[in-house]
Amino acid sequence: MLESRIPDGQLIDKWTNYKSRVPLVSPSNKRRLDVIVIGTGLAGASAASSMAEMGYNVKTFCFQDSPRRAHSIAAQGGINAAKNYQNDGDSVYRLFYDTIKGGDYRSREANVYRLAEVSANIIDQCVAQGVPFAREYGGTLDNRSFGGVQVSRTFYARGQTGQQLLLGAYSALSRQIAKGSVTMYNRHEMLDIVKIDGKARGVIVRNLMTGEYERHFGHAVVLATGGYGNVFYLSTNAMGSNVTAVWKAYKKGAMFGNPCFTQIHPTCIPVSGDYQSKLTLMSESLRNDGRIWVPKKKGDDRRPRDIPEEERDYYLERRYPAFGNLVPRDVASRAAKERCDEGFGVGPTKLAVYLDFKDSIKRLGQDVVSARYGNLFQMYAKITGDDPYTTPMRIYPAVHYTMGGLWVDYNLMTTVPGLYAIGECNYSDHGANRLGASALMQGLADGYFVLPYTIGEYLSNDIRTPAIPTNHEAFDKAEKDARDQNNRLLNNNGSRSVESFHRDLGHIMWENCGMARNQGGLTKAISEIQSLKKDYWEKVRVPGRDNVLNPELEKAGRVADFLELGELMVRDALDRSESCGGHFREESQTEEGEALRDDENFTFSSAWEYKGEATEPIRNKEELTFDTVHLTQRSYK
Amino acid sequence: MANLNLTLKIWRQDGPEEIGEFKTYHVTRLNTHMSFLEMLDVLNEELVNTGDEPVAFDHDCREGICGMCSMVINGRPHGPLEGTTACQLHMRHFNNDDTITIEPWRAKPFPVIKDLVVDRTSFDRIIQSGGFVSINTGSAPDGNAIPIGKEIAEDAFDAAACIGCGACVAACKNASASLFTASKISQLALLPQGQPEREERAIRMVRQMDEEGFGHCTNTGACEAECPKEISVDYIRKMNWEYHRANVRG
Amino acid sequence: MNSYFTSTLFRKTLAALSGLFLTLFLIGHLVGNLQLIMLSGSAAQEQFNEYAFFMTTNPLVKILSLLTYTSIILHTILTIFLAIQSKNARPVDYAVSSGSENSSWASRNMPLLGVLVMVFIAIHMKSFWYEMHWGQVGNDPWGNQDLYTVTVTAFREVWYTAFYVFSMIILGFHLNHGVASAFQTLGLKTQKYLSPIEKFAGAFSILVPVAFASIPIILYLQSL
Repeated sequence: MLESRIPDGQLIDKWTNYKSRVPLVSPSNKRRLDVIVIGTGLAGASAASSMAEMGYNVKTFCFQDSPRRAHSIAAQGGINAAKNYQNDGDSVYRLFYDTIKGGDYRSREANVYRLAEVSANIIDQCVAQGVPFAREYGGTLDNRSFGGVQVSRTFYARGQTGQQLLLGAYSALSRQIAKGSVTMYNRHEMLDIVKIDGKARGVIVRNLMTGEYERHFGHAVVLATGGYGNVFYLSTNAMGSNVTAVWKAYKKGAMFGNPCFTQIHPTCIPVSGDYQSKLTLMSESLRNDGRIWVPKKKGDDRRPRDIPEEERDYYLERRYPAFGNLVPRDVASRAAKERCDEGFGVGPTKLAVYLDFKDSIKRLGQDVVSARYGNLFQMYAKITGDDPYTTPMRIYPAVHYTMGGLWVDYNLMTTVPGLYAIGECNYSDHGANRLGASALMQGLADGYFVLPYTIGEYLSNDIRTPAIPTNHEAFDKAEKDARDQNNRLLNNNGSRSVESFHRDLGHIMWENCGMARNQGGLTKAISEIQSLKKDYWEKVRVPGRDNVLNPELEKAGRVADFLELGELMVRDALDRSESCGGHFREESQTEEGEALRDDENFTFSSAWEYKGEATEPIRNKEELTFDTVHLTQRSYK
Repeated sequence: MANLNLTLKIWRQDGPEEIGEFKTYHVTRLNTHMSFLEMLDVLNEELVNTGDEPVAFDHDCREGICGMCSMVINGRPHGPLEGTTACQLHMRHFNNDDTITIEPWRAKPFPVIKDLVVDRTSFDRIIQSGGFVSINTGSAPDGNAIPIGKEIAEDAFDAAACIGCGACVAACKNASASLFTASKISQLALLPQGQPEREERAIRMVRQMDEEGFGHCTNTGACEAECPKEISVDYIRKMNWEYHRANVRG
Repeated sequence: MNSYFTSTLFRKTLAALSGLFLTLFLIGHLVGNLQLIMLSGSAAQEQFNEYAFFMTTNPLVKILSLLTYTSIILHTILTIFLAIQSKNARPVDYAVSSGSENSSWASRNMPLLGVLVMVFIAIHMKSFWYEMHWGQVGNDPWGNQDLYTVTVTAFREVWYTAFYVFSMIILGFHLNHGVASAFQTLGLKTQKYLSPIEKFAGAFSILVPVAFASIPIILYLQSL
């Protein structure tokens, strides 16, 4: 059933051989082929521009007011590439190996190797576009180390790497828009996939400014719509980030891979109140010089400066003497949660731990600390009103990235023929945990260097398919469904705001399907989500009309899909009774409380199949085979 | 965490062709740790609960980088705090019983879509007219093939930091888009990769800026003062130079 | 190349160049005017009228004055055009405006300042230039037209003197923004020259109007 279409041959030859063998589409035929791209982040913009350069007719959609706003823009740290510019022994294999290991052996070797292979091309491409990467005095590209790997392979542009890379992709996209080879639709949201004879053949979108429903045909449809972290209500995702396109694809037959794999980032600014709309990430680099602690006494309300050294618990240094404050993201996050759950948390909400720079300032001087982290300290001060030079920062983990997504084969095609998923919205490369600075790499690898080739394999068989008129009954049906859902929401005459439901869903997800999960909580969560969903359709109130800009209506549709996704995530988390990467099942831990993988029973990716509203989805398996790397248990002691 | 009570005068406009007006709202018991947009969220939830239509405003990342949020707060784009977008402005910068007037960006090339939401596709068209390096995917030389001095790379970055929010236009008494256009022209004119199309780019982007109907730059410096990324007007100087240079060279 | 001449930036450049030329003109004009007060009595009368004769007859000066008139007209027409364009760029104004938070008063009010300077130029030219060319100006004992007496007589009037002083303040504000702004428009105000240009412009916008204004004040005081 699940065909991963991994090419034969040695791992290191697969992609090269694939590229030499993949059927080509002649230039005159490309002009007759329409490709739809949903989303204009790193993956979407790079794919759309690259395919347009190759000669396809591309239509691109984003819900924001400009393609430049996609949430890739917010990535701070950097982008990995196996360039070995630092001469520190980096190689394609090492990047591949680090990514597989970092993902806790729950990703597909062939895809990850290809990712590592094309990583170097990404840097070249971006430099050529005018992306102002950090440079050494000699004029060569600078690198920093990141997230526990032993080489410096992260390229960066101050703390705004995502912005600069996205603006590079946006400029490439803009060039194609000016040429007429890409038609760009801003402020358009995809509401459904149109399937004809089992293949993806178009989309229904809503023009958010006028409320008009539009039908667009494509020989293939590419989803590049990002992650679904907003199912937790509070996350570091942008407010508009949503799962709708992915979810509609799932309901039209695209299987959902590893939905429960969520990355929780340990260093975010804690929640300060119920009104909170989103969480802000503080770069992981802070842990290089900051020390994390909580008071040794429960409920100690003294100001942090008044708590003497011997009454502080530097719990990461205590539990993980080898790595200390630099343990991987998932380990650091769980340790913070454990302390707060035990009642040692600090701040008004008691859901925070201290990140203290006192010792670094003493050791290095304020100037050095300021040169390293000045902009982060400034950002922290802006948001919290506290000065991190004089008082420790308060941090708490927050949902940051979703490794799960639409299941895709080696070609990045979902289980619906002609429907592709690239970037964060697919499940492919990060397994159960993503390494720092690898999200940007994957988005651009998929968009610039993988999909434009692999889509040819499908489209080369489609050159005789003429454009299907959008008055086809499949378009009628899909548009009607989309209209019906919005009309139902608008005419519901309920009493509760969309926001309040979203907040409740987030609470259920965070409590039961967050940093630590157990059977009891997950079982309870399924019924809670189901009853919340029932409530939603009875009581939600969506003001305004359908034929104007109506942000409440947009939000209502997105939350409706999050409610269904939440249940699937919980089902997946329940099903996977092992701990791996970002997924920690309390039942599966070592005596010291560390995550315990179960390779015998769970060396697979789950691929969930939609079976209709009233039927439970089916979990299919893609068994993972590791021919090259050897599975080991992670240890950071 | 003091409680804050505010009077808000907000521009309400149903659609692009409708006539708008200011409406007054009262919000009470706000937390000073809220961001400005969270304060509007609170208002909106109240409006939904009382059966009113919430205030439409653009926002997305809420961490000051996407450039989507766009509102003039008491006469200042993104509000009173320098180097800050509206989403990063927190309520501790306001006092109890303040009256805050909130308006959309005002410029002919930024027509109002609804309430505080404006259409900024004119910015996209300026970039489309030449704000890129014409390099196809796959044809790039090695990233280290052309060394770029650290200072030049930093200078280019300063220009490239633009988030395209439009505060420069909103702040300018002439609604000029010079700072936005200049930052892209300068970024690419500084880098070796931008050289082959340097002249054509300057000419086309300046022309597009004109065609969109933005006003001229009269060097008040308001754009730099209100720019959330504090981009220097020196890039406008550079754009002017690039434009003259490009035309003289033909 | 064609789009260059119709571009806003080119118009702005011509406005800057004509403005800078008029700035140069001011220096020349000031040097001439100072002769009214450097000497006194009949020595001043002889010197100034001879200078005035030179200025109205020398062919090179004639070319310069043609350039000056052209600059004034060009500067006016271009800036009116630009001001209209700017007005169109913001059809709906803000209800609350806090321009003082982000820019100088002069920079925001150049059109108003320009109009006031224009009014001054019109009255100024009527009083002296027009009289000199087409009016009834008698000759001095040395046979030159006696513009000196016309001038000295004019500044016996307190309101006329006050109007001059007021106009010079206006001119000062106009120059205060205009001079440095012109260098920026031409693309010359680089980081290297930023400080010298701003210092020069600042000093110029104070010293020149003050020097101009001192002449009617001294003449008025002398007449008391």
